[in-house]
Amino acid sequence: MKARPATVRIAAGQGFWGDWLEAPYRQVTGGPVDYLMMDYLAEVTMSILQKQKARDPSLGYARDFIPLMERILPTVAERGIKITANAGGVNPQACAQAVAELARRLRLGGKLRIGVVTGDDLLGRLDGLLARGHELRNLDTGRPLSDVRDRVLSANAYLGAWPVVDALRGGADVVVTGRVTDTGLTLGPLIHAFGWRPDAWDLLAAGTVAGHTIECGAQCSGGNCLVDWERIPDLANVGYPIVDAAPDGTFEIFKHPGTGGRISVAGVTEQLVYEMGNPAEYITPDCVADFTTIRLEQKGKDRVRVSGVKGRPATDKLKVSVAYFYGYKAVGTLVYAWPDAYKKAQAADRILRQRLADLDLKFEAVLTEFVGADATHGPLARAAARLDELPEVQLRIGVRSRDKPAVERFTREIAPLILNGPPSVTGFAGGRPKPEEVVAYWPALLDKHMVEPCVDVVEV
Amino acid sequence: MKRIRLLDIAHARSGDKGDTANVGLIALKPAYYPILVKHVTAARVARHFKGMISGPVERYELPNLHALNFLLHGALDGGGTISLKTDAQGKVFSTALLRLEVEIPR
Repeated sequence: MKARPATVRIAAGQGFWGDWLEAPYRQVTGGPVDYLMMDYLAEVTMSILQKQKARDPSLGYARDFIPLMERILPTVAERGIKITANAGGVNPQACAQAVAELARRLRLGGKLRIGVVTGDDLLGRLDGLLARGHELRNLDTGRPLSDVRDRVLSANAYLGAWPVVDALRGGADVVVTGRVTDTGLTLGPLIHAFGWRPDAWDLLAAGTVAGHTIECGAQCSGGNCLVDWERIPDLANVGYPIVDAAPDGTFEIFKHPGTGGRISVAGVTEQLVYEMGNPAEYITPDCVADFTTIRLEQKGKDRVRVSGVKGRPATDKLKVSVAYFYGYKAVGTLVYAWPDAYKKAQAADRILRQRLADLDLKFEAVLTEFVGADATHGPLARAAARLDELPEVQLRIGVRSRDKPAVERFTREIAPLILNGPPSVTGFAGGRPKPEEVVAYWPALLDKHMVEPCVDVVEV
Repeated sequence: MKRIRLLDIAHARSGDKGDTANVGLIALKPAYYPILVKHVTAARVARHFKGMISGPVERYELPNLHALNFLLHGALDGGGTISLKTDAQGKVFSTALLRLEVEIPR
């Protein structure tokens, strides 16, 4: 048996699909790391990928993963760095195949193994599950999925770290997954490297906290950090975070030398509470982590130590994310200038709303915001601002409806205001807003034993 | 007594889960944490955001991080892709909470 390493370094390369393209390259070249972890999948991403796959069965994964891999694969292969990424979306097999073709093109044939994790996709099994009494009730509203069954676009169970572990144990250098949790992409390598047991709840919770800390990339290394934000150095050259973990579940967060940003207790704390529910119960497929047990300590410049994490057994459910077609929306904007910018924008809003009412258009929602006055902080901002002296205000008005013609008609009611509404208006060069299809998200739970993760490892 | 804004004693980050926004409120110094616990109650936060959220407010304590976590239900006009709001993902409820004023002993 191979000796266990003293520590394992896992570098965050992408915090979401669309994150900084330079980050993964810098992470694998800026200093020694053992793993590169890349998180691609937000809740709505799966439905976009499902639509792409419906048009072309060879698609349905994060396509820009491939050019990104082209840039780093030679370095990764040379240095023995392993990659975990949920870039596979709704078509991990096709994604893995594209990586394999790329590897052969880069003359890495015989030097690389690719692991593929599937089994999360429930779309083809939905009717069977519903027929067997799995109602997939909405976690927020309590409604059964049968309410929207005919409009479902994608349905995926969140898999955890263990299928990633299986792929790594099978010798995979690059693990491509579908809907694996963000934290599982970090916990998987730690379980694999240290041989953590499936019931070592404190260790699994520690690895989950490590994953949560770096899953949003630079958001824990100086990005979007409120404390002392003006003095966070060189964000243009920001270093993405790296976990340096020990077998006992303690770990340190650091970044490569010479990079910008900052790793501080304050910044790491901001990331820990990000998208947090009940902090004592951070539920994943692998364990329940207790964030009220985390200890943070500044260990030096740009290095924070994390310890003390406690965990409890995993639940017998998996979260399921269903995306379904909801309706249409459109948002139109116009900009009003001083003097009386805010009053003019308000007047335009009243006129527009009257015209929509006179046309007898039915909307589920009409929302007006005055950008520059209240779009971010609502009435709290209006109470604090000198509204009569604002230099400019953007009227931003949005509508939502199941009825597409109503939304289309709304989009034609913005421009006329330029000539037949309040004065000193500009900022309409973008033209008429376009109605947008709304895909909504339906969170549910499913008995864990109903989902069978599948792992393949293939040599390139 | 003196009146201070939370901005002077705390920082924050917010995010979303469906139609719920969460705000993690973090004391700038450990000594400020008891002030947050005492004054920034769920009821006080619900009053602060009156007219901006349609559901209740829940509060959780993280004394280890000198932080409170608030869940603001019904904050995002349906949330995620459905929402018509500029801040559809609740990213700036964080600084909106920091506008809250509390009275502390001089």
